[in-house]
Amino acid sequence: MSMHYFANPARFTRLAARIQPWAGGLAAILLLVGLYLALVVVPADYQQGDTVRIMFVHVPSAWMAMFCYSFLAVASAVGLIWKHPLADLAAKASAPIGAGFTFLALVTGSLWGKPMWGAWWVWDARLTSVLILFFLYLGYMALWQAIEDSQKAGKAAAVLALVGAVNVPIIKFSVDWWNTLHQPASVLRMDGPAIHPTMLWPLLIMALAFKAYFVALLLARMRMELNLRRIRALRLAERTS
Amino acid sequence: MRAFQAIIARDLLLAVRQGGATFLALVFFLLTVTLFPLGIGPEPAILARVAPGVLWVAALLAAMLSLDRLFQADFEDGSLEQLTLSGLPVSLIVLAKIITHWLTTGLPLLLAAPVLAVLLNMNSEGFTALLLTMLIGTPALSLIGAIGAALTLTVRRGGVLLSLLVLPLYIPVLIFGVSAIDAAVHGLNAKPHLLLLAALTMAAIPLCPWAAAAAVKLSLE
Amino acid sequence: MFQGRDIACDRGERRIFSGLDFQVSPGQALVLRGPNGCGKTTLLRTAATLLKAAAGKLTWNGADIAEDPEEHRARLHFIGHQDAVKGALTVRENIAVWAKVRGATEDRIEAAMSAFDIAHLTDTPAQYLSAGQHRRTALARLVASPAALWLLDEPTVSLDADGTACLQRAIAAHRADKGMVMAATHIELGLDDVEILQLKLQ
Repeated sequence: MSMHYFANPARFTRLAARIQPWAGGLAAILLLVGLYLALVVVPADYQQGDTVRIMFVHVPSAWMAMFCYSFLAVASAVGLIWKHPLADLAAKASAPIGAGFTFLALVTGSLWGKPMWGAWWVWDARLTSVLILFFLYLGYMALWQAIEDSQKAGKAAAVLALVGAVNVPIIKFSVDWWNTLHQPASVLRMDGPAIHPTMLWPLLIMALAFKAYFVALLLARMRMELNLRRIRALRLAERTS
Repeated sequence: MRAFQAIIARDLLLAVRQGGATFLALVFFLLTVTLFPLGIGPEPAILARVAPGVLWVAALLAAMLSLDRLFQADFEDGSLEQLTLSGLPVSLIVLAKIITHWLTTGLPLLLAAPVLAVLLNMNSEGFTALLLTMLIGTPALSLIGAIGAALTLTVRRGGVLLSLLVLPLYIPVLIFGVSAIDAAVHGLNAKPHLLLLAALTMAAIPLCPWAAAAAVKLSLE
Repeated sequence: MFQGRDIACDRGERRIFSGLDFQVSPGQALVLRGPNGCGKTTLLRTAATLLKAAAGKLTWNGADIAEDPEEHRARLHFIGHQDAVKGALTVRENIAVWAKVRGATEDRIEAAMSAFDIAHLTDTPAQYLSAGQHRRTALARLVASPAALWLLDEPTVSLDADGTACLQRAIAAHRADKGMVMAATHIELGLDDVEILQLKLQ
């Protein structure tokens, strides 16, 4: 099958319309199961008590924040290199979802930090990296917004996404470096005091639920964007004819 | 190569003729550093403690605010398209402009930094490290900034957007720059920090002009 | 010989023209005609490789230009809507800067200034020039450094009759020297023996 098989918007829309309810349904079921396990079945932590349950939202959100940015960067590369017409669309549609997960990771991190460290915000390496990632998302979305010609905006945003993707590991490394210089290792770290197997399952289920939710939302946003473009094209044709 | 030098010579001539820009960056640098003692109090020990960070943050902002003249004026009067038609690869043209930007912004900031370090009562152990980090790190500011400046060329009043795009990318430069000076001030080995900073700049030299060139070409379409 | 085959161009999401063929031989001038919005500027910018054609191929003596766009850029002059003249530099400096950037020496600058009758303005900063003198300074670039292909987009804008005559003489000399010209213009340039390429609104 060629790269451009799904480039046909009509074919994509048909396929997306078929997948979207399944992805949505899967997300809902997994979320219910995951939340049940996380909130009811898993025992409270002997050190942190019930606050440990925030982890089941926080950690998958942080994963998704990274995942969405990787997706965005790959879609941008495909758009720039192979000029696949749906790639720009996918990148654009994934950014607000990624920013949403990033924001969720920040908020839950802050909520989790209060009982753990006694402060709403601590400059922990992980939280700081996620905060910077949030800025990268905002910059990406702002650039899309600022350039009027949607084709130009797509290409410029793709260049920015790739520059960001190269920088994310460097930023992550530098923040870790900075953190080890400024913080003694005695502080309880957020990426978990050795995850217990009873906690691992709900965590994975929640992560899958978030992934399915991402797929459903992405397809919905892409279909909406395609419809908007069609409306614009029709209007343009009407005006020039 | 002659054309490459000619572009640098042209931009330097313009910078000298139009003047002001370097002076403004320096004044901004001085003014920002002056705000800190006024904000956090004149206690010499506290100032000495925060001096490396303050100097780097101020230098970073000064460099960022001068990015808009990297391409903007040439874009508006048609010079940028004439430059790309010179037959030189666009990435080299961008590199020439980055070099001029560093000569007219990074270098003056580097020279002014020790004076401001004295104002902040910075420990004298840190001066060599301060100069070295500035020497190695400010080129990275011009290189990375060029991408942001090129991407926002077609955006009206792109200044705020430019800072949103560029500042997150400046964070590693800030971290390695400040940690090197901190290490030197505390009598530790600054070398690993300096090497990381150098690695960052070396990686930026081929990558940034290339990405910025892609953005410049896009703006001319 | 500079050739375009089956060229199509888009602006935004709209197709401006398609299936366009043209060719310019040494000594020849091709004048683009057509109403506003028919794509004269787009075609000239595409010929200068500032824009990418949506379809079709540009060739120079049979070789595909897309394979080495830098080489193509080095052999052309493009005069667009903007003059690329810096107010902080004098007339002479403005012309010299572009000659040097294009790898030429300074020995044709005096000739370029007299060709457009601005020799008396040599040391005047460009910010004090009138619009017509500004335009002449931009056009003097054509003479200051040699290039086989001239792409001129409305070159006579803000020129007076005398300035237009200067341009005519420069183009005639360029053609006599086996140069090629592609020009978009609304007014009669008064050139002999030109080919006309008529563009239509799509």
